[in-house]
Amino acid sequence: MSLDRTVGARTAASPTGTAIAAAREQRAGAFIGYLPVGFPNLAESIDAAVALVENGVDVLELGVPYSDPVMDGPVIQKATQTALEAGFRLRDVFTAVEGIRSRVDVPILLMTYWNPVVQYGVERFATDLLSAGGAGLITPDLTVDSGAEWLTESERTGLDRVFLAAPTSTEERLRLAVENSRGFVYTVSTMGITGARADLDAAARTLVARLREVGADSSCVGIGVSTPEQIAEILGYADGAIVGSELVRALAQDGVQGVARVAAHLATGTVR
Amino acid sequence: MTSLSESFVGTPATHLRDEEGPFFGEFGGRFMPESLIAALDELSAAYAEAKLDPEFHRELAELHATYTGRPSIITEVPRFAQHAGGARILLKREDLNHTGSHKINNVLGQALIARRIGKTRLIAETGAGQHGVATATAAALFGMECVVYMGEVDTERQALNVARMRLLGATVIPVTAGTRTLKDALNEAFRDWVANVENTHYLLGTVAGPHPFPVMVRDFVKVIGEEARQQVIDLTGALPTAVIACVGGGSNAIGIFHAFLDDPEVQLIGYEAGGDGVDTPRHASSITMGRPGVLHGTRTMLLQDEDGQTVDSHSISAGLDYPGVGPEHAWLSSIGRADYRPITDRAAMAAFRLLCTTEGIIPAIETAHALAGALELGRELGPDATILINLSGRGDKDVETAGRYFGVLDAEAAK
Ligand SMILES: Cc1ncc(COP(=O)(O)O)c(C=O)c1O
Repeated sequence: MSLDRTVGARTAASPTGTAIAAAREQRAGAFIGYLPVGFPNLAESIDAAVALVENGVDVLELGVPYSDPVMDGPVIQKATQTALEAGFRLRDVFTAVEGIRSRVDVPILLMTYWNPVVQYGVERFATDLLSAGGAGLITPDLTVDSGAEWLTESERTGLDRVFLAAPTSTEERLRLAVENSRGFVYTVSTMGITGARADLDAAARTLVARLREVGADSSCVGIGVSTPEQIAEILGYADGAIVGSELVRALAQDGVQGVARVAAHLATGTVR
Repeated sequence: MTSLSESFVGTPATHLRDEEGPFFGEFGGRFMPESLIAALDELSAAYAEAKLDPEFHRELAELHATYTGRPSIITEVPRFAQHAGGARILLKREDLNHTGSHKINNVLGQALIARRIGKTRLIAETGAGQHGVATATAAALFGMECVVYMGEVDTERQALNVARMRLLGATVIPVTAGTRTLKDALNEAFRDWVANVENTHYLLGTVAGPHPFPVMVRDFVKVIGEEARQQVIDLTGALPTAVIACVGGGSNAIGIFHAFLDDPEVQLIGYEAGGDGVDTPRHASSITMGRPGVLHGTRTMLLQDEDGQTVDSHSISAGLDYPGVGPEHAWLSSIGRADYRPITDRAAMAAFRLLCTTEGIIPAIETAHALAGALELGRELGPDATILINLSGRGDKDVETAGRYFGVLDAEAAK
């Protein structure tokens, strides 16, 4: 893994950024798929993640189950709570990353609330994620201005760091997210928590445009995305589309084969 | 105004009283989804502006004088004090406020701010229901919509307050996620806020949460200590030996402590919910038994496992059943300015009964933890001591729980 990555979402010199750029060349853009680690159990969560990659997912976003997931809607809450009740331990995320990477070549970002990382030790977490073959972190409750320790550790390790941008973010804050993200900027499509939505906000389109204005060259849109049509629409103006709840729902309902089918169907939205 | 320069660079204060956040030592901050940062910045700015606006202070003072019932009185309780080693015990009677607890102080302050920034909908979390009732009250008074999130477990043990909120026109939503108590109600309120931030103010009920809540809420409740400090001096000619309060999130405690922070001769003690005892897993003593971590947007002392998962708290009192605590308390503990001690359910209930029968005052079960603390502390300090207690709330809401506990409900008593 190269350590000479440059900072900023304007460069693609990161595992995630490279995968997104490649997807953009070959197809309309990247398909980023979310599943929580440990749901329904560790082994099946690994199989399910591998199935996503085999069915068109370009970047994996692995959720770290947490007791107080304030950004998550009912589907993901239920899955992560199930994982916790089934005995999920934080160290399982490294097992999962290693297990997936031994089977498929894909950048893996962990989507984690901040306290588990703090308790594990930010430095130790970064080191262990790097040696497991992980690409970086998406931090839903850690913004750049509160994230000094993570900025330092991601510099040291070269791990990607994905910060969020919201429709309500000021220009100054968008700039902050763009300049400090590496891989992509997570563009929050709508004001709300995770979960499928029939209509995607026009806010997402506007926000991606605002991000480009302050220099972003890699913006992926998430929250509420659940159909290939929505993915196609998003890839018309953004670099990637992120799907979570819809995949989790499929996994909960129909197991690994079910989630594979849904992923393949969603991936049709990336065809140019 | 933006957060970067305004809220995240602090200058060290010369007086403990002057700490303005966002950090209190290593505690505090703002660990929140980006979607809410704009709202928090808006709130910080609106609050900073209001703080300098004499009209705002006049309006709040007027509400307190004509609606809350401020100043609240202090009551000396000599018959109760006989059980506390003969120390002199004074109660600051926040139970006599409109709606029955200290919570109304914070609520009216924030409701005024919400109105200033044009919000028409108030949401709140509540444990005991006192904060929910106060918020529903303010919403009715200001003609705003109100939604209160309450853990399902708490809606059962505080059913009377649920009815009160509904009578006041609020919608009460029982929260079935997680442990179904106060912490899950906060999660749900944050989720609502993310989705409805345009017209909604999240009226957080204690000195926890992301900046500016810990500072702003503190500023709205510190009137308790400011009044009490002068009242005690007028009555006894001196400062009290100790000032004590129960601690859930910590608002009533910081409310009475704050005016005394720079009086080093005054001991400050917060009593946390010890549940079945801190030698068991069933308690809510986050400072006594927790370690630093991040929850609900702030770095503070938390009950958590090795992986940083929040651990279930337990207390007979819904209002203290929270696995975290306000960051200013975590800081006051870390620098040794205030002490935090656990009180078991059993000790709290004994003190609850004692205040009823010796003084004719039925306290909230939350407050009873401070009363139990006074019984211990009085014996420790001896008869020359004066102890000022924040009597944070009245026990009407707890009559059923206490009635069952002591077997005095009609149906039970008849058995
Ligand atoms: C009467 C009373 N006292 C104390 C508390 C605990 O909250 P805090 O620690 O914020 O004062 C509550 C909370 O519901 C309460 O109702």
